[in-house]
Amino acid sequence: MIELENVSYTYGDGELLSNVSVELQPGSFHFLTGPSGSGKTTLLKLCYGALLPTSGRLSAFDQDISTLDRDQMALLRRRVGVVHQNCQFLDHMTLAENVALPLMVSGRSESSEHGDLTELLSWVGLGTRLDARPPELSGGERQRAALARAVILSPDVVLADEPTGNVDWEMSQRLLRLLIELNRMGKTVLFATHDLSLIRAAKSQIQARVLRISQRKLQLAGADL
Amino acid sequence: MSKGDIRNLLSRDTRADRVVPPTGYTAHLTLFVSGAMAFLAVFALALSLASGRIADRWATELAGAATLRINAPTAQLAAQTEAALTVLRQTPGVASARALTGDEQAALLSPWFGPDLPLDTLPIPQLIEIVEGEPGLDAAGLRLRLGAEVPGAVLDDHSRWREPLVDAAMSLRRLGWVSILLIGGATAAMITLAANASLAANAQIIEVLRQVGARDRFIAGAFVRRFTYRALLGAAVGTLLGMTGVLLLPEASDAGGFLTGVGFQGGGWVLPALIPLLGAVVAFFATWTAARRKLKELS
Ligand SMILES: Nc1ncnc2c1ncn2[C@@H]1O[C@H](COP(=O)(O)OP(=O)(O)OP(=O)(O)O)[C@@H](O)[C@H]1O
Ligand SMILES: [Mg+2]
Repeated sequence: MIELENVSYTYGDGELLSNVSVELQPGSFHFLTGPSGSGKTTLLKLCYGALLPTSGRLSAFDQDISTLDRDQMALLRRRVGVVHQNCQFLDHMTLAENVALPLMVSGRSESSEHGDLTELLSWVGLGTRLDARPPELSGGERQRAALARAVILSPDVVLADEPTGNVDWEMSQRLLRLLIELNRMGKTVLFATHDLSLIRAAKSQIQARVLRISQRKLQLAGADL
Repeated sequence: MSKGDIRNLLSRDTRADRVVPPTGYTAHLTLFVSGAMAFLAVFALALSLASGRIADRWATELAGAATLRINAPTAQLAAQTEAALTVLRQTPGVASARALTGDEQAALLSPWFGPDLPLDTLPIPQLIEIVEGEPGLDAAGLRLRLGAEVPGAVLDDHSRWREPLVDAAMSLRRLGWVSILLIGGATAAMITLAANASLAANAQIIEVLRQVGARDRFIAGAFVRRFTYRALLGAAVGTLLGMTGVLLLPEASDAGGFLTGVGFQGGGWVLPALIPLLGAVVAFFATWTAARRKLKELS
């Protein structure tokens, strides 16, 4: 699905990622962990084309991402659902409209999928908040809304950047379960988090690999977690 | 950009426009500018149409007629008139030539001297009215011949004062059209500015739209429709106000001459209806260009 070969990334003068290679196989579940500032968000941005590698090769769906033009990039974004670390919404639109935004921008009619939309929002526990405006939502509600928006186009890959960043343990568990459920539906999931206890909690539920960024390198974490 | 693209852009589900917040000063700016510009365009259009009409009328009314004046002592007047008429009859391009009668000459003079003028006691020149025919009068040649054969004859082919008048009306018409072009250009510039400001103010929204997979044409389309409809609305209101203003101008009359003739006549009333459409077209292309450029810049 997404493959990195010797990818390096440099912001200004400091190299952040150095010769990173990894392949996200279809249907796999990966955790991505590492200290704050180690480059988790950066790696995710590389995966969905928001940033281009300084060197190395990154391909998504067998296409070299650096060769895509803006239109092709837009099509890629529709196949990769992203839960951003600071998920942004259009504050002048309702929650339902925000979650349906990917449908709208891809020219799919919102009304024909209205049933799906309500179902999707109930799935993330927001079935009663359809008409709320994003600023009225709590942090956890925003994270769940972001997850719903990320999966509404039924993407092949879901990249979640600290979706449990500002929610309590209970809610973290719930979001984790949602992502596991997506993985069971066949989606490839990459879940960035620095919450090791969450990763431990997941181990009993799913076969997941844990990638750790440490000193600009990406390593496969072992039993030391 | 093909015709289909333009239709698509304008007819996409209007809910898609909601991705751009409907508020902001650029909305008012666009409405006001297109309204004011349409108002001005109505007057510029009225001016060019009216001056065009006047140029045509003056040119046709005054062309095709000339006057010959015989200044001679009373004793020779009849003989010279007769000689002049003979010359005129032999001149190509003269359809008819006729000496005015005493009564007719008196009628011409009475506005100036009053009705009791004792014409027969005054040395009044004889006027001969010439109607031009094909192939047009060679005024210079005729003057030469008259100079030799009828010493008292003075030919006035009206071109002396016709041409500057017609020229003036023509320049007025040109000025009207140039004004309309300038108004269109100024509108395009203002709407480009407004669109750029709106795009910059909504950079974050554009970012979110891109994150969820919006293509440039979708984002540009949302802005283009906003600005096109706003310009159409503003220009429609401006045009209506302008046309009301033109309607309230006094009717054309002989006494008022040119000034009262400014207005639309007959089919001319349809032309101002094109102004809002033109405004919308200008806004469409101005916003489209601004959006494509800005989106490239933001990527
Ligand atoms: N646009 C940018 N320009 C320059 N430096 C940047 C930029 N974005 C991120 N960085 C730097 O890159 C480093 C890694 O940032 P990144 O957001 O990838 O870390 P992270 O692992 O996601 O951290 P966290 O766990 O806090 O979210 C940080 O030191 C950050 O300051
Ligand atoms: Mg981060």
